Amino acid sequence: MRPARHSLFTGLLWTAPWWLGFLLLLAGPMVISLYISFCDYPLLQPPVFVGLANYQQLVHDAVFHKAVWNTVIYASTAIPVGTVLAVLLAILLNQRVRGQAFFRACIFVPTIVPLVAAGVVWMWMMNPEYGLLSTSLRTVGVAQPPLWLESPRWAMVSLVLVSLWFIGSPVVIYLAGLQEIPEELYEAAKLDGASASRQLWHVTLPGISPVILFNVIMGIITSWQVFALPYMMWRTRPGPDRVTYFYTMYLFDNAFNYLKMGYASALAWVQFLIILALTGLVFLLSRRTVHYRGL
Amino acid sequence: MNPSAAKRILTYLLLALAAAAFLLPLLWMVSVSLKPTREVFRPDPLPAHPTLDAYRAVIGVSVGQDTATTGDRAVERGAFNYVLYARNTLIITVLSLIGMLLSSSIAAYGFARLNFPGRNLMFAICLATMMIPFPVIMVPTYMIFKYLGWIGTFRPLWAPAWFGSAFNIFLLRQFFLGLPRELEESAMLDGCSRWGCFWRIMLPLSKPALAVVALFHCLAVWNDLIGPLIYLSHQDQFTLALGLQFLQSRSGDTPWNQLLAASTLIVLPVVILFLFAQRTFIRGIATTGLKG
Repeated sequence: MRPARHSLFTGLLWTAPWWLGFLLLLAGPMVISLYISFCDYPLLQPPVFVGLANYQQLVHDAVFHKAVWNTVIYASTAIPVGTVLAVLLAILLNQRVRGQAFFRACIFVPTIVPLVAAGVVWMWMMNPEYGLLSTSLRTVGVAQPPLWLESPRWAMVSLVLVSLWFIGSPVVIYLAGLQEIPEELYEAAKLDGASASRQLWHVTLPGISPVILFNVIMGIITSWQVFALPYMMWRTRPGPDRVTYFYTMYLFDNAFNYLKMGYASALAWVQFLIILALTGLVFLLSRRTVHYRGL
Repeated sequence: MNPSAAKRILTYLLLALAAAAFLLPLLWMVSVSLKPTREVFRPDPLPAHPTLDAYRAVIGVSVGQDTATTGDRAVERGAFNYVLYARNTLIITVLSLIGMLLSSSIAAYGFARLNFPGRNLMFAICLATMMIPFPVIMVPTYMIFKYLGWIGTFRPLWAPAWFGSAFNIFLLRQFFLGLPRELEESAMLDGCSRWGCFWRIMLPLSKPALAVVALFHCLAVWNDLIGPLIYLSHQDQFTLALGLQFLQSRSGDTPWNQLLAASTLIVLPVVILFLFAQRTFIRGIATTGLKG
């Protein structure tokens, strides 16, 4: 039976929460934000149209360049390392062993820890003097463990390490993906005499490639907006050579500390365009490598 | 030893190693939070004289006197007040949760079951909005709430939830589509209204999906730092996340056992929730990844 057609009015009535929110809290603010990005707007006085001045200023803003560079470094380390580790952990957790549920829970629990609490815990773990990382390194004979958060060279590594602690959600998604791969494919590969590593390369990875694509895109979106963790871990100190000053932190400072709302809005739009471009690029590059079963 | 036994042992070894690496920070957090201040910098894995002094200092009920036995001083009055911040966080969570569940499910039902002109276009826009990063709307949203006089109140933190969220609408719509239409069709033949179908048939059947939405919404509110940071100004309005950030930003003044006790108190409810609702968590994450 074909479903009856409903009037536009009925449809709009039911979907009202969404489109009202879309107009008032999303589309409207986006238009305003785009306009403000062309204005000088110190919040306390009305906005003054200045054309492309904010965007031109970005070209010469050394702090902006630093924040972009830091974010690029962070994203291009955390995403690949995180992807490899998550896939390996998912394969490990997919083995049929006793206590499987327990091991899965252990990997997953950190992802629900609020970022602020995680920040405190890891600041303590990475305390150069008394933290667990340094004390254990000393017991195994490393006389001069890194200064972690305090060191310009290790600060970024530290943040990437902490980001790996939150790998549980992608691991769960990969696990679900692994379970969707038909057992017959592995049987066929074994009959053809494929080794374990060839099975991984030719069956497992193609099988979960759509999931990898999804997680990489989520990774781009979240790592370009990284805020709470570095804000917690370095806020009270300038941070060594500003190596952990990220895009969203600079944006936040411009908006709410320097009250440069126009400049902050320009920063936000540039960030949005970067994320869109990167996502589009990943989609294009993935065309040849991602295999969709049955599509 | 045959190769398959060696492989099993290696698997267990790697699993145990991974589990330890992921759990250790949390166990360490609890251990230090139970130490008296003078033991904090000792490397012993367990406190020699376990005490709840650090908890007493941050929980805010008995903002305590100096305790002669351990040398612990209570956090300076009002620096962290767990009970008050938990109450604030709960108020925001409950007010936003009701709105989120109602609005998202109503809109999702509209997209799933009503066949009206422009529906697919609207739903496509709804999906596309998930891509928009928060900073793009941060400044104008702040201006709107400032215009409404809502800065320094909880309203900016819960009112937007009453418009639903694109992601939850998507998740619930997918769930509704999986339910058989026949139930509603027969109910409507018996004179049940659209609203009745939604309220008395669909919602009760959708408890698993609603549980996923509720769970992740609560987590997001519990976790949110940037919202409270922008909109709350008075310390007695702080949420737990903002309170902990504030306590930590006075770093140097606050002993580590108290910081970690506060952290433990923030993590604990979430871990308990996880233990009770483990399946809901896992299902929620797995479905978002595969269908998203």
